[in-house]
Formats: sequence, structure tokens, C-alpha cells
Amino acid sequence: MSILKINNVTMQFGGVTAVNNLNIEVQEGKIEALIGPNGAGKTTAFNVITGVYSPTKGNVIYKDENITGLTPDKITKKGIARTFQNIRLFKNLTVLDNILIANHLRLNSNFLSCTLRLPWSNREERQMREKSEMLLDKLGLLGLKNETAHSLPYGEQRKLEIARALATDAKLLLLDEPAAGMNPSETMELSSFIHTIRDEFNLTIFMIEHHMDLVMEISEKIYVLDFGQLIAKGSANEVKNNQRVIEAYLGVEEDA
Amino acid sequence: MMDKLNNKKTKLYMNILLIALFAAIIILLDTDTIGDNYIRRVLNLSAIYTIVSLSMNLVNGFTGLFSLGQAGFMAIGAYTVAIFTVPLAERAKIFYVVPQNPVLAQIELPFAIALVLGGLLAALIAVLIGMPVLRLKSDYLAIATLGFSEIIRIILTNAKSISNGALGIKGIPQMPTMWVFFGVAILSVVLIWLLIDSSYGRAFKAIREDEIAAEAMGISLFKHKVMSFAIGAFFAGIGGGLLASLLATVDPKQFYFTVTYNFLLIIVLGGMGSISGTVIASFVVTAGLEVLRFFDDPLTLFGVTIPIFRPGFRMVIFSLLLMLLVLFFRNGLLGQKELSWNLIFDWFKRKSKRTGKGGTAQ
Amino acid sequence: MTIEIFMQQLANGISIGSLYALLAIGYTMVYGILRLINFAHGDIFMMAAYFMVFSIINFKLPWYVAIVIVITASVALGVLLEKTAYKPLRDAPRMSIMISAIGASFLLENLATYLFTGVPKGFPDIKILTKSVSLGGVSLSIATLITPFVTLILLYVVLFITNKTKIGMAMRAVSKDFETAKLMGININKVISTTFIIGSSLAAIGAILWGSKYPSIYPIMGVMPGLKCFIAAVLGGIGNTTGAVLGGFILGMAEIMLVTFLPSLTGYRDAIAFIILIVVLLVKPTGLLGEKVTDKV
Repeated sequence: MSILKINNVTMQFGGVTAVNNLNIEVQEGKIEALIGPNGAGKTTAFNVITGVYSPTKGNVIYKDENITGLTPDKITKKGIARTFQNIRLFKNLTVLDNILIANHLRLNSNFLSCTLRLPWSNREERQMREKSEMLLDKLGLLGLKNETAHSLPYGEQRKLEIARALATDAKLLLLDEPAAGMNPSETMELSSFIHTIRDEFNLTIFMIEHHMDLVMEISEKIYVLDFGQLIAKGSANEVKNNQRVIEAYLGVEEDA
Repeated sequence: MMDKLNNKKTKLYMNILLIALFAAIIILLDTDTIGDNYIRRVLNLSAIYTIVSLSMNLVNGFTGLFSLGQAGFMAIGAYTVAIFTVPLAERAKIFYVVPQNPVLAQIELPFAIALVLGGLLAALIAVLIGMPVLRLKSDYLAIATLGFSEIIRIILTNAKSISNGALGIKGIPQMPTMWVFFGVAILSVVLIWLLIDSSYGRAFKAIREDEIAAEAMGISLFKHKVMSFAIGAFFAGIGGGLLASLLATVDPKQFYFTVTYNFLLIIVLGGMGSISGTVIASFVVTAGLEVLRFFDDPLTLFGVTIPIFRPGFRMVIFSLLLMLLVLFFRNGLLGQKELSWNLIFDWFKRKSKRTGKGGTAQ
Repeated sequence: MTIEIFMQQLANGISIGSLYALLAIGYTMVYGILRLINFAHGDIFMMAAYFMVFSIINFKLPWYVAIVIVITASVALGVLLEKTAYKPLRDAPRMSIMISAIGASFLLENLATYLFTGVPKGFPDIKILTKSVSLGGVSLSIATLITPFVTLILLYVVLFITNKTKIGMAMRAVSKDFETAKLMGININKVISTTFIIGSSLAAIGAILWGSKYPSIYPIMGVMPGLKCFIAAVLGGIGNTTGAVLGGFILGMAEIMLVTFLPSLTGYRDAIAFIILIVVLLVKPTGLLGEKVTDKV
């Protein structure tokens, strides 16, 4: 069953068409990937899904609900969370605070009852803390909970960003180049990490990636974008041998 | 020795000792056992400035918005207290050119109610201004709040039947004790601290750290920015109301936007993400502004008058101070940290290491 | 309301609008390039007025020499401001540079109060500007008459610089994408200095024309005009030079029309700019001639 449907989405900025008539269906519970050369429109597609941009044409359906044009915070509340290409952690705040903040959207108490430390607010705060610490523990980050986010090593920062997205109780995770800047062994670790969280938390994962080994290793379906157009979709093998995909990445051979 | 002191029990005793000392000083001052009216006034003013600076730090330092409207919100609080607490019998004497608005002329409120009303009114206006401006990038908030601050002053100067115009309102009942000012200040500091230490406080900080990430994590930027802005306005209004009672008069000239610069200096000096920093800086700056009044008087050394010291020099020094702070010491005293015993102990430890003194055997 | 009074006020409105336009250009250019509201711009305007007072009254210079001195001094002040208060904070968090701008504005105002006292000084009476002419029943000073033309000529000059010169192209590139322009080898410092030079000269010219019309010069005279002119720039579309001029004219006309048709509300004249700001932000935040800017995430 498809959890996310992108229907005929076109995104234009002035004269530039970043995404052209895109159609994607992500299956629930799967790990799927969006690849393509730089500038192909992948992050733009993510930004349309998460509400940062409102598409010029087309719509986005999440679990049979039209979420096109909603603001990012509302979309996150519905169950879609993302990470960023350039890591956007709350740098000066602690690891634990980063996770706690991702719990805020589920809070029922208003600011008055929180400030006055009324019993039900205290209970919610306690629950948020327990939940956050459990999550950190499961992902091997509990020991770092009081460290400032920007003091973490790079690999841990990426992990934390994914953990933070998870903490919003998302069912669909959009990961934007999670392996960027990682060496092969770190990428391997990330690969099993992604598998683990998908199984453990019953997630659907849709990621943008350039590390082909990671993509080929764990993706159950791959979409290929070039100049804003979808040029291929299918399993890893199908895509690997697709002529158009090869040309997009390597260019066309010049006639001698 | 410092390590031996650094435990929970010691900290508790030290805290109790400090609180007792503080209370004792206030009681002594209050009952006129020590000090004089001048010192009392400066301290009460410091307490008021603490409240307003903290309100500004909530919005600017913790949420990352750039608001310059504290003077305007103070004015709303001040005038609410002024309009409603002057005894009914005195009103006609004060509003002698244009009589007071007939509805208002019949209402007299106890100080506490007028004070809270002033705060709520300021918060309401903040919501009205905030809604159009905070829907978009907060860049324009500075201009909008600066403009609003001036507009409030213009309205107060012109709406004679409500505010008595440029004549101002005199005869505002004064508080018999310093505890009103310090009590409200302590309450405000505690409330703001509790707010910042809650999930909402974390949401504010998230917005300051990275707006886009905060929104992506489900935090409604609009709702939380307006919330922070309105709460900041509330406390600024409370500060204004207290000021009205302290000075016993209000007039529009007290609320020139330049007043807001004082609070900006305070929060930059104390550290824009630190509550304790703001509290300390409020007292330092308020006392400093008073003490440095001598900059404005001609200085004669050995019979020679030094031409630099004359009226206006004090404010030049203070504006230079603000510039130096933001250019070279933008984290101020405490940055985003709070004053704690740990911090003090660590500071001593570092100092004694350098001079090679004391310390437990390693 | 006679036709003469209406025409008189119309002329006033256009004149005031042009002065606002001159100041607004400086705001819109700096914001377009640095994303910074140059709070101190209004105070450069104020200093220029004082420079004029001193040049003519204290140093007894002839008016044409004084004008050159004033423009030069204002430009020097503007560039100095940029180099000391803004340049060091280019890589600092945005809040810091905003505070620096406010601080610089505050410092200039306090400096002026300290040096020149708060007592208003009289702007020198430059006969060639204050002489009165009569046009179709309406009496105007030369200053009031030539102001709109001066503004339009200067607008043309600025547009020529931005659109037809190399430095102008560099300015447009920087305002579109600061980082990329830097990477493409554009001399950012030169571009920013040029922006401040243009803005400050316009402010100085505006101050000279303003002073001829409103001869009372005091340290905080630049605050209200500064606020209003930034709002005029927002109305016209922030970053757009022509828009700034358009915004200035509209604001000036709106103020004068209020005073003309609702004289009892004259005290609220300064509130109009603020109301315009709120309306613009509610209805068309990008302004009349502005373009939508999307942030890259």
C-alpha cells in the first residue's frame, strides 16, 4: 500500500523548472531512494513534500490525505519527518534537548500549565524525558545526552539528526543524503542503522543519496531524477543497467 | 579546597545564606535602618529594569527575534496604572485642560489589578502587531516595534481625554515598601525561568537556533513567535506599571524609544541567553547610569576644567559601551549560561591553578 | 478648500515624497545587498544637516563649496560606519549586526547631542534655495520646487549605475546571491562600500533640501524620517530602487493628504507610515514592485 503519492508535481521558480511533472509512489514499510546528478531537483522534491515549497502544479498525498501546501510543522504533525543535506541540528543545545524539542509537537499542555508546573504538565514532561532517553539509548547515543550537539563527531551528528526526526513519532522518514561525508565503513554502519530503525519502529524510509553502494545495498526501489524529470524507476539492478541513467551520470559518448 | 566545597549540601547552604542575606538587606533598607531615599530609588529602579530587560531577553535572546518595542509596552502598562489608580477625587485636578473620558473617570482600581491589566493590555497589543509581522520573516519586527513604540507615544501625546496628553498624569499612589518592586521582580524572574525551562522554552530556543529545523520538527513558528512576543510584552507592561508607581507621574516623554536602548545594553552585557546574566547586568547598568552621572558635570583637575566632561558625555560612553560589547564581547558576561555554583567554583579553580596555590593533592 | 490650497498641498506632498524617496533608496540598497536594516542611515542624514550648518555658519564657506564638503563628509561617515560597525560582523550571527546597527545609530545621536547640544540649530538660509516663486497661484520655495526633479534625476543616475556599469552588475549579483558572488571573484568590499557611498550621498543631498524646507536641526531629527523611509522602501518592494522612490512618493502624498483633509488628525501624521507597513505586510509583503524571494533550504 502506498504511503506517499506525488502526483504530477511541477515546481517552478521564476523561469527555472526545478521539478517537472513528477510522479512517485512510495510503498509503506519500504526503503526507497531518490537519486540523480547534482541539481536534478531531488532536495526540491523533498521540500515540496515537507511543505517548504508549495508546488506550482500537482499535489502530494500522504496516507490518502492531501497535504499539498500545508506548512512544514503541520506536515510533521501528520507523520512525515526529515533530515537535511547540511545537518541542521540545534547546535548550541544538548543532545537530549534536541530530542526533547522534537517531542514538543505532541504536547497537550499549554504554556501556562507548563510554566506553573501543574501536575498533568509535569507528567507530560516526565514522559517526554523517558521517551527521549529510551530513544537515545536504543540508538546508542544515551551516553552523549548532555553534550552540546555541535561537539559531537560528524557521524554521531548525522545519527542524532535521524534520531531527532524519529522522535517526532514520524511514520515516514525523508533522509537527505544521510551518508554525505562518510567513509565506506561509516556508510556500512549507517546502512545497518537504517535497516534497524525501519524494522524496530515500523517506518517507511525515502532517501536522497549519492553513495551508490548504500543506495544499491538497501533500497527496495529507486527513482532517478535528471533535470527535474523522472527518467527511470525500479529495482537496483533495473536502474543500474538503464541506459538513460548511465547517460545522465556519465554523459553520452561522443561520436569519434 | 574548592573541590571539597563543591557538593550538594554546601550549595544548598550557600543558597540559603545568600537568600537570607538578600532578604536582610532589603528589610534593612526598607525600614530605613540603612541607606537613604536615593539608594532605595536606584534599587527599585534596578528591580523594574530587571523585569523589563528579562522580558526583552525572552524575545530577543531566547527566541531570536529582534524586537525594539519594550518602551511602548512599558508605556501601556504605565498608563494603565496611572489612569486607573489615581483616586477619583483627584482626577479633575489633573485633567484640567481636557476632562478625562467619562467612562474612565468613574473607574478606580486597586494597584494590583491595574498592574496586571496593564500587562494584559500590552500583551494584547503585542498579539495585534505580531500577527501581521511575524507571519513573515521576522526581519521587519525591529522596524515594526520601533515604529509602534513611537506611535504609542504619539497617541499618548494626542489622546488628551485618555492620557492627558503632554501634561502627563501626576499623583499616582506610591508603594510604601520596596517589597512590591522586589517581590514582583522575583516573581517575574521565577516565572520566566520556569517558562524557559519548560518544553515551550525549548521550542523558543529551537526557533533561535534554527528556524527551519524547528519548523521541520513540528513547531509552529507563527504560534510560538507570537507567544514569546506577547509574554515579553506582558512583563514589559508590568515593569511599566511599577515604574508609574515608583515615579508617581507618567508622561509621554518618559517613553521615547531611546529607553529601549538601555534594555538592549543590559541584555547584551549580561549575555543574551542568560537569565542570571540579565539580572546582574540590570543592577550594574542601572547603578552605573546613576553613578556615572558625574560624567555630565564639568570636571576640574588642579584648577583646569577638562572640556570633555559635560552634559551628554554619559550617554556617549554608554553607546560606545554597547558598540564595544557587540563588536568584541558579543556573548556578554554569561553568554547562554546561567550563574551557578559550579561556574563560580570552576572559575576559582582555574585561577588558583594559574597562581600555583592550594588545591587538593592530585 | 480652495483649488489653490489643494495645489499648494499637492506640491508639498510631492516635495516631501521626493525627500523620503532619496532616503529610501539608501535603505533599500543596503538591505538588498546585506539584508541589513541600516538604522544609522537616518542619522547620517542628520549629521549631513549639521555639517551644512557648520560649513556655512561657522566656517563661512560659500554654499556651492559647502554642498561639496557636506556630501564628501557624509560619504566618509557612511563608509566609516560600514567599516567599523558592519564589516567586522559580516560572519557573526544576524542578531549581532542588527544590534550593531542600532548601537551605531544610538551612538551618532548621543554624539550629536553631546557635541551640538539638544537645542535645535537653525539651518543656514541659502538664498538660492529659499527664494519663493509663484506658479499658478501656488507659492513655493525653489527648494520645494526642484526637489522632485533632483530626486528623479538622481534615480536615473542610480539606475544607470546599477544597470549599465560593471560595479552595478556586481551589486546586482551580490544582492541576488552573496556567497556565489564572492566565489565568482567579485570584490565584496568594493561593492558594499559603493552601496554606502551612493546611499550616503543621497542622504546628504536630501538633508540639504530638507533643511531648506524645515530649518530646525536637532540630534534626533533623523529618527522619524529614517523609520518612515525604510517603510517606504518596504512599500515599494525592498531591494528595488525604483520601488523605493515610488514608496517615498506615496508615503509623502499620504501624509500631506491626511493633514489637508483631516486637519484634526494632524498629530497622528507620523502614524501613517506605520499603518502602511502593517497593511503592506498583510496584503502584499513583497511590496509594489518587489519580487518573491525563496530561501534555499
